[in-house]
Amino acid sequence: MIREFSSADVLFIASAVRWTLILSAIAFLGGALGGLLIALSRTSHSRALRRMAAGFIQVFQGTPLLMQLFLVYFGLAVVGLPINPLLAAAVALTLHASAYLGEIWRGAIEAVPSGQTEAATALSLSYRDRMRHVILPQAMRVAIAPTVGFLVQLIKGTSLASIIGFTELTRAGQIINNATFKPFLVFGTVAILYFILCWPLSLLARHMEARMRRAITR
Amino acid sequence: MTEHAIIMRAVNKFYGDYHALVDIDLTVERGERIVICGPSGSGKSTLIRTINQLEPIQSGTITVDGVELTAGGDNVAKVRQDVGMVFQSFNLFPHMTVLENCMLAPMKTRKTPRAEAEATARRYLERVKIPEQAEKYPAQLSGGQQQRVAIARALCMKPRIMLFDEPTSALDPEMVKEVLDTMIDLAREGMTMLCVTHEMEFARAVADRVIFMDKGLIVEENAPDAFFGSPKNERLKNFLGQIA
Repeated sequence: MIREFSSADVLFIASAVRWTLILSAIAFLGGALGGLLIALSRTSHSRALRRMAAGFIQVFQGTPLLMQLFLVYFGLAVVGLPINPLLAAAVALTLHASAYLGEIWRGAIEAVPSGQTEAATALSLSYRDRMRHVILPQAMRVAIAPTVGFLVQLIKGTSLASIIGFTELTRAGQIINNATFKPFLVFGTVAILYFILCWPLSLLARHMEARMRRAITR
Repeated sequence: MTEHAIIMRAVNKFYGDYHALVDIDLTVERGERIVICGPSGSGKSTLIRTINQLEPIQSGTITVDGVELTAGGDNVAKVRQDVGMVFQSFNLFPHMTVLENCMLAPMKTRKTPRAEAEATARRYLERVKIPEQAEKYPAQLSGGQQQRVAIARALCMKPRIMLFDEPTSALDPEMVKEVLDTMIDLAREGMTMLCVTHEMEFARAVADRVIFMDKGLIVEENAPDAFFGSPKNERLKNFLGQIA
């Protein structure tokens, strides 16, 4: 039953890249929205909001991503939704990304000197305008490199979705390996594809970090 | 229109157990120029920061231009629109040009159209004598220029009252004068001003009243001649001896 590892197999694996990308994109966009809410909550005046956001971060940073995937995957069934690996992986990775991005962005917001908030407040700018025009644009410069760095982690993290049966890059590799039994060749191919996705992003992060350093010393 | 610019009654401010302002009573008339001095930790910065509620108070009332700050509602936002503030560390927005720094608040809080906000900004930059720096970023300017931009930025909101929190303390000596000159011009135009500063020459030149604070209390207040010429309080005499 064991067949050769052929170019058709490489194509099959390569075409699964799109699911890795789709899952990463959903998790990153969802996580960006959630992360912004978490970061704003963490830096708000309301103690209740700060505590809730801190609790959320602690839960998701203190448990393995795999457990989060399992809990959401089986949790969907508990609340009566159909078991759907894409949905489960998207929800779990979104929550995971929200916690990490929330923490990265909280740090970036707090890195903006308090005098900026004071000056904006003294000019009677509303909370919304303060954040949108004064604080967040400055925080973004600090946050952009670690955010891209986290995106790389997230792309690699989507490989865990293979365990709940979602056919992304890693799972496609497993399927081909089961048929060909050439694990080194198969998973080597998979790893190279991950590297092709992640390496440019790492370079971008480094480039942006250098640019930010120059901008600060302008 | 009420006749007083600012009325503070029995104002108390605590940081935890620390009593930062003790039963402050202060009335400021329209157009009055007040200089506040005192040793560090005396509460002088805290005092002016309560006027636009950068520091909330625990008891007492503050009324600014007839609007009671402490009464809640959107009174705080109203007062902040009419009270400009200049900080020791300038606090310009570093990611915006000088012009954008001056246009942001009028456009967002007063809903001034862009063209009008820009014209106003350029007019005030002219007045603080740096119209040619409008397109630059704050980091490209000297400290004195940055502080003058900060003054222009505050003026663009057309405030009735200006608060200055040690505006020259972070400046190199050769830049102090250009900022003080700008403030003197402003005083001559009749702006109501409260300045926390140790520039006693400035106090002599423009102040209607000089206030000395120590340990959260207003210890002595008088017209500049009497304040410097015949100080009564021992702590004030000491203080004047140290800074002279």
